[in-house]
Amino acid sequence: MSDKELLVTKINNGTVIDHIPAGRALAVLRVLGINGSEGYRVALVMNVESKKMGRKDIVKISGRTVDEKESNLITLIAPNATINIIKDYDVTRKMKMKIPSVIEGLLKCPNPSCITNNDPEAHTHFFTVSETPLLLKCSYCETIIDEIQVMKQVL
Amino acid sequence: MLRAFLPKHIISSLDLDRREVEHIFEVADEYEKRGRVSKELSGKVVALAFFEPSTRTKNSFESAVERLGASTIGFSSSEGTSTEKGETVADTIRMLEGYSDMIVIRHKFDGTAKFASEVSHVPIINAGDGKHEHPTQSIIDLYTVSKIKGHVDGLNFCVLGDLKYGRAVNSLLRLMTKFRPGKVFLVSPQQLKLREEVKSTLNYPVIETSSLQDVLGDTDVLYVTRIQKERFADEVEFEKVKESYKVDLKAVEMMKSDSIILHPLPRVNEIDRKVDKTPQAKYFYQASLGVQVRMAIIRYLLGGSE
Repeated sequence: MSDKELLVTKINNGTVIDHIPAGRALAVLRVLGINGSEGYRVALVMNVESKKMGRKDIVKISGRTVDEKESNLITLIAPNATINIIKDYDVTRKMKMKIPSVIEGLLKCPNPSCITNNDPEAHTHFFTVSETPLLLKCSYCETIIDEIQVMKQVL
Repeated sequence: MLRAFLPKHIISSLDLDRREVEHIFEVADEYEKRGRVSKELSGKVVALAFFEPSTRTKNSFESAVERLGASTIGFSSSEGTSTEKGETVADTIRMLEGYSDMIVIRHKFDGTAKFASEVSHVPIINAGDGKHEHPTQSIIDLYTVSKIKGHVDGLNFCVLGDLKYGRAVNSLLRLMTKFRPGKVFLVSPQQLKLREEVKSTLNYPVIETSSLQDVLGDTDVLYVTRIQKERFADEVEFEKVKESYKVDLKAVEMMKSDSIILHPLPRVNEIDRKVDKTPQAKYFYQASLGVQVRMAIIRYLLGGSE
């Protein structure tokens, strides 16, 4: 059993998100809308050794399955993460992620004069204009945000 | 009539293709020949939702609607409306769509027209949203060029002034993607350069410079814009750039004899009043074409008889 596995026990049912860049596990939880009050048993391992990444984070969520839309949103902050759906201690599905073409609601437009910052019914809606480097465009005012701005908002 | 290409809304210049723009030009020509009066939209109601004050845009839309035989409802500013009581834009649009066949909207916030189009079941025309777009102004601009020069393709344009916050500039440069302009010079102070999100939508090369003198002799259409105080969050920044450029008689002398000067108006000091009497000055003629062009746009969206 490796040091990594010793830190957290296996989960029965739920989701394991591996290969998260070191320090971004909390941001992954934020993308998933998990703040602890929902009652899920959540295990976070941060800054563990990784052959591929040097250091990485891992998140295990017991009793909560991550869907495809959520897994795509995770790519905004953890492009190389792997998402495993667990049932009865076995991996039943490995999610293939792709950067979503549209990101609704999650991010705030940095333009203070955008309608989304000034009308309670106008929710943000960003289009992906480039995956590498990550560039997202507000569909209302066309302001472009990059990975650094996304990270600032999510972290 | 190009009903097969009928767009439901006009939010951006990019919402129209070249055939549609040229169709609007042709219909505007017809209205000019007829004396700009037609009653083909009798019985229709157009809502003018001007959340931000406007003189010429609102009046020219109002005139266009009335000359088409339709009537208007609406307001000229947020003052005295339910918006002041906290009503959302979405609720105002829901109310107006119940009372009208089309909504013309102006608002100080970027993206409001698009947001309105997502709520509305009747066509929305963007009459200016923040620093974002003003597509009907750009149709008037290129119609003016087409009327005077006979064509748009191949002409060299120089767009001067506030390219960062100027919504008329954004829409004009985007409408030009439907044509094949020659050289397009963008002349502005460094702080007011064209925003990347607009530049990235252009399909022709642009030449950015801060020297007007260098490009005037090679310009067919000089499009001058006001440096807009109301778009600056910081007054100190405005003071630094407010009089960066002035088109005066000396500048006109450097231009070709058949070149033209346009301006979406209102003008403050960026064009010397002495220039008004030169043959190049076409901005008041440009403004006069606003009614027939807006008649053609409204007719196109509401689908009046041939």
